[in-house]
Amino acid sequence: MDLSKATFRGYKRENGRIGVRNHVLILPVDDLSNAAAMAVENNIKGTLALPHPYGRLQFGADLDLHFRTLIGTGANPNVAAVVVICIEEGWAKKVADGIAATGKPVAYFGIEQHGDHDTIMRASKKAKEFVQWASELVREERPLKDLWVSTKCGESDTTSGCGANPTVGNAFDKLYPHGTTLVFGETTELTGGEHLVAARCRTDEVRKKFQFMFDRYQAVVEAHKTSDLSDSQPTKGNIAGGLTTIEEKALGNIQKIGRKCLIDGVLDKAEEPTGPGLWFMDSSSAAAEMVTLCAAAGFVVHFFPTGQGNVIGNPILPVIKLCANPRTVRTMSEHIDVDVSGLLRREMSPDQAGDALLECMFRTANGRLTAAEALGHREFVLTRLYESA
Amino acid sequence: MIHFVVHDENDSVGVVVVEGVKAGDSLTGWIMDQDKEIAFKAANDIPIGHKLAIKALAKGDTVIKYGTDIGRVVAPIGLGEHAHVHNIKTKRW
Repeated sequence: MDLSKATFRGYKRENGRIGVRNHVLILPVDDLSNAAAMAVENNIKGTLALPHPYGRLQFGADLDLHFRTLIGTGANPNVAAVVVICIEEGWAKKVADGIAATGKPVAYFGIEQHGDHDTIMRASKKAKEFVQWASELVREERPLKDLWVSTKCGESDTTSGCGANPTVGNAFDKLYPHGTTLVFGETTELTGGEHLVAARCRTDEVRKKFQFMFDRYQAVVEAHKTSDLSDSQPTKGNIAGGLTTIEEKALGNIQKIGRKCLIDGVLDKAEEPTGPGLWFMDSSSAAAEMVTLCAAAGFVVHFFPTGQGNVIGNPILPVIKLCANPRTVRTMSEHIDVDVSGLLRREMSPDQAGDALLECMFRTANGRLTAAEALGHREFVLTRLYESA
Repeated sequence: MIHFVVHDENDSVGVVVVEGVKAGDSLTGWIMDQDKEIAFKAANDIPIGHKLAIKALAKGDTVIKYGTDIGRVVAPIGLGEHAHVHNIKTKRW
């Protein structure tokens, strides 16, 4: 596939970033605000509430990550405008101010001293204004370099490592030279292959930062593990699918970064890249947590290879699923966007598989709903670093 | 028809990519990196996605897949036998 003149049709946001969806979010800052946020979503059609269980008495780095994830989610170019609701007005303002730095319309509401009824009424009026404004925005033709693409695999099996993950790798190798911004992560799932990732870092400085993130996560595992991570890493599903050890899982996982592209930088969780290239983001390997972090870091399309059949989606980031396991493709076809099982029958070359994924990427970017979007998968899962105070 | 795939010709294991492999079945394997075919007989029933040994492995041996160490052998594995959590363990954690 010749990508030198490739374009897609997206929404240009106030800060110049390009989105491929046009959501108006109702964003609760904490668990207590979920009810009001969902009431506003119910009142105003075309809005999307993102309920979640956290935000109270978090502190330090864990609280920083909470704010960074919420602000990043609102700032994502797949989002046109945001209504922020919090029990305390001060924190609603903090999140709204962070999102407003992008220039997009944001309003915020505190529940204390107003109650749910008054808050829902005022927030609904603003949400209606935003959704009608957003509905008139139009897509424009943009060069491929404006597309930010993330990847993370899930419910992997051995077919992931020989089929679906190398397909993402093939697509990443093709996207990389065109100035796109790419990310992968899943820190513990590199265990056994971390030397291969380190060898792909562009500079010693990047390598040092990667090693720091990797060692930091290993220390968490070492501090909390019992005997080993049996049934956690690899998961029961991984083991049922034939994956035996974390090393085997990691080596399959790493196929997603292809064979040519170099790692240009390292990000902390939910941190936004500062330029094009391939980035490593320190992150959980749990599917919804990692994809939520990718959305918060500003990515607009996601490649999700699966073996045994993970069904994940995300509220704002279209998740494209690809699979090489013929049994999963047969039994769970409604979840699979790109069938690459032909690779394992030698009926499809890696190059053809990569092209099939890229073709689906362009259609998705241009507005076609993914299987996960059509099925209503909106998993929004915040990463926690430790207990609340 | 391909019944199992091998990443690299130096690997100790291959991955079954079809359903219903039974003990005694004659299998054709595809070594992807070198683009070569090999033939093997399955010694056990092996589910899709699971591994068969294409090198005889003794207790304590290192298992190689993707040309890289994926763990240690904890019970001997004969040629064509099912290789999984009952005879291979991680070297990490």
